[in-house]
Amino acid sequence: MDGLMIFDPLFRVPLFNGLLLALVLSTVGAYLRLRDEWLAAFALAQVAAAGGVLALPLGVPVVVTAALAAGTVAVVYGFLERVNNNHYGVAILMGWSSAIILAANTHQGSVVVESLLRGQLYFSGVGHLIGAAALLMILLVSLPWLSRRIMITRFFPDHFSANRQASWPHQVGFGLIVVFAVVLGTLAMGALPAFALFFLPSWVAFVLVSGWRRALLLTGALAVIAYFVAFVLAIQFDQPFGPVLVLVLMALLPLRLLGRVG
Amino acid sequence: MALDQECLIRLDQVTAGYSGPVVGPVSFSVGSGEIVGLGGANGAGKSTLLRALTGTARLFGGRIDCHRALTIGHHQQRPEKPPELPLTGRELLALLGAESPPPDAVKPLLKRPIAKMSGGQYQLLQAWACIDSGARLVLLDEPTNNLDGTAIEALDGMLATLGSSRSAILVSHEQPFLDRHCQRKVEVSPWTG
Repeated sequence: MDGLMIFDPLFRVPLFNGLLLALVLSTVGAYLRLRDEWLAAFALAQVAAAGGVLALPLGVPVVVTAALAAGTVAVVYGFLERVNNNHYGVAILMGWSSAIILAANTHQGSVVVESLLRGQLYFSGVGHLIGAAALLMILLVSLPWLSRRIMITRFFPDHFSANRQASWPHQVGFGLIVVFAVVLGTLAMGALPAFALFFLPSWVAFVLVSGWRRALLLTGALAVIAYFVAFVLAIQFDQPFGPVLVLVLMALLPLRLLGRVG
Repeated sequence: MALDQECLIRLDQVTAGYSGPVVGPVSFSVGSGEIVGLGGANGAGKSTLLRALTGTARLFGGRIDCHRALTIGHHQQRPEKPPELPLTGRELLALLGAESPPPDAVKPLLKRPIAKMSGGQYQLLQAWACIDSGARLVLLDEPTNNLDGTAIEALDGMLATLGSSRSAILVSHEQPFLDRHCQRKVEVSPWTG
């Protein structure tokens, strides 16, 4: 029966892989929004896609080149005094144009870039699942320490330097989590659907509840529900998963009006 | 240079700025339990001097000596208030460990998301976070901005909680506010080369 297709063993690994990523990406997205850096997720996703295209000619796994490209840009941003949406805009344009040009000039590049920009969730394997689970574990373990420090940096920017405490451990730690979340999300779902998970759930959740913990929980819940609905709809109606996920997430946007009324 | 128990911070001929010098040279010290006011015209570099104390402005000359147990809480001029953040007042205070019973003016803000606070309310909350953080030296940069008379009275009460072992440096254009709280005032001049 068609209704049970999502329980087909073929889809089991992709289903759980996406569920874990929905939770990770949306949670990381909430912190990016806190830092007013949500556009960074899209910028790094585009750069990761461009890096991924180099995997075939170099003969290394896509995850390596994608992570190296996104990581390099993240490190460059780390050295800049103030990074804003202009810098992310430059990275988006650079990532997109590089990806297309590299794809046009490398063997099977167009196939790879197509999969990175559109996603290939149904073909994600146990390796992706282990990566997503590991990232979720790292996030959950580090969050109690990381969250407070990220917030202090946001609201009291010179607190650490004033008190002769190093801020690089949490800056680098969060940067690494963002890079790997972006890379895993891009490889599994495609650059734009991954960005939608970073961007939209927290945007909706933040206006609906009071309190950071509640906002995080609602962000994760909205992402997981939207993901699950999109997965079912895409399989049921034989549609590409990425665009369906983006549309389902967009369908949450009217909920923001409830926050304005309240 | 090590400072004695009574001196928290000492500036000696300090010139500070960013890509180039902005303020100085200026020399003064702050003792334990002291509240010092920084005066000077707009653009004299008072905020830059505070940033030099927190390590975010560059030192071009002179030296700053700190007590080895010095901790600093810095309330910035125009603290950034990100839009739509669901973080509540209580959560913001907890970040700096400011968990004493708050003044009456702050109590209604504890459960309110900072996105729904006015500029003055947020300013007062930030000031209380720094004052109640337990930092031995509190830097308040134009803390009366956006505050009405009642809120300034609340701020007066907050400063009274510093006691005799903690100190503050105040920057304000409200002369009566400085007169009420500061034992001493230091005039700051822009760097002229």
